[in-house]
Amino acid sequence: MNVNSNSYTYTFALILVVVVAALLAGAASMLKPFQQSNIQLEKKQNILKSVGVIVDRNEADAPFEKMITEYVIKGGNIVESPEVAAFDIDMSKAVKLTPDSREVPLYIADKDGEKFFILPLRGKGLWGPIWGYVALKSDGKTIAGATFDHKGETPGLGAEISTDAFQDQFLGKSIFEGGSYAPITVMKGTASGDHQVDGISGGTITSVGLEDMLDDCIQPYKNYLKTVQ
Amino acid sequence: MSTETKVAKEKEALFSKKNRGLVTDPLNDNNPITVQVLGICSALAITVKLEPAVVMSLSVMFVLGAGNVIISLMRNLIPNRIRIIVQLVVVAALVILVDQVLKAFVYDVSKQLSVFVGLIITNCIIMGRFEAFALANTPWKSFMDGIGNALGYGIILIIVAFFRELLGSGALFGMQIIPDSWYIQNGGFYANNGFFLFPPMALITLGVVIWIQRAKNTQLIEEN
Repeated sequence: MNVNSNSYTYTFALILVVVVAALLAGAASMLKPFQQSNIQLEKKQNILKSVGVIVDRNEADAPFEKMITEYVIKGGNIVESPEVAAFDIDMSKAVKLTPDSREVPLYIADKDGEKFFILPLRGKGLWGPIWGYVALKSDGKTIAGATFDHKGETPGLGAEISTDAFQDQFLGKSIFEGGSYAPITVMKGTASGDHQVDGISGGTITSVGLEDMLDDCIQPYKNYLKTVQ
Repeated sequence: MSTETKVAKEKEALFSKKNRGLVTDPLNDNNPITVQVLGICSALAITVKLEPAVVMSLSVMFVLGAGNVIISLMRNLIPNRIRIIVQLVVVAALVILVDQVLKAFVYDVSKQLSVFVGLIITNCIIMGRFEAFALANTPWKSFMDGIGNALGYGIILIIVAFFRELLGSGALFGMQIIPDSWYIQNGGFYANNGFFLFPPMALITLGVVIWIQRAKNTQLIEEN
């Protein structure tokens, strides 16, 4: 058989492509349920982590059910019977709308009788999306915890947003000043005061993206938070 | 192609001297990064910290080992004119498979690697070995060659990452090595060299590694 003839080349290419496609499609659909459950458990784990509850990813289900109540917020008010459950809202789609027309999830945590408001975040880093959760104390303005994560920021630079050292800076910061909204700024250099945190050297674009994400994602909750203060 | 395949006809032991050479050669005399200067791109991108560098080396080892065997098994069937595309399809399929499996079963590792798993596809060492070795050699030899080259790649990656993480962040594998009391902000005399976190320093570190290697290994010095 002449392996260099045209008909052989076409046949070979066709068979190769079909075999590889079938293989990958099969693998993808077989592995999908495992991947989905990993992603959902990680989401629960991250929500819990923002209020200081550290659990193993595989054991995130039970404490989440016990402590977290889900609501949907639109235009500063709780939506009574939302079309999409809060946990299933796709934040990447939601942030494309203007803040007032978004339907966004609000998680209210009850941790040993203490109440926390947990707001989901979603924004852009340097290489891809960044996201996270910020937990506010029952006064509706003091940050009790923040977690951030990213798809593909540079390790050692932008990826530092997912480290405890960076996230712990947010503890005790405030997003309101004298009754009006005051966004958190990520500073180059040394941060001071209630509304500033240190940025990451070498990760400026990620830091700026994180600041924008915080500001943008808190907008839809502003009016709601005022009512609880 | 027919003449090339005849070379491997005589039976030889699995770990004969020649076969062991396939693994050990790329470690020094024929290192894919420092001698052949391939795969530089990923060597710059993922050497800020040791951990991703190690995981990347292991992933490349799997893809290169398995890919070399697959290409070698098909070497008499692949039409010459589309061989590059066939190689690309094999690498891409393997990499996607690795990525999917990692996401399903070792989610944390897959998060560590994030975009770099995809970068394996663009690693020219892999295509280079398919083209230069696997297309002309038996599966076992190709496997040894793949592992050898991945090791040679991994060693350089780990050396560069070691210095970058130590000097840039004062840590190894994420654990603080430089004592806290040494730092200027704690009244000491030391500050991390932030420049090591940037890609140019990877290139310079790599240059120094090549310099040292060539100074030690006189075989590598060209006559002029």
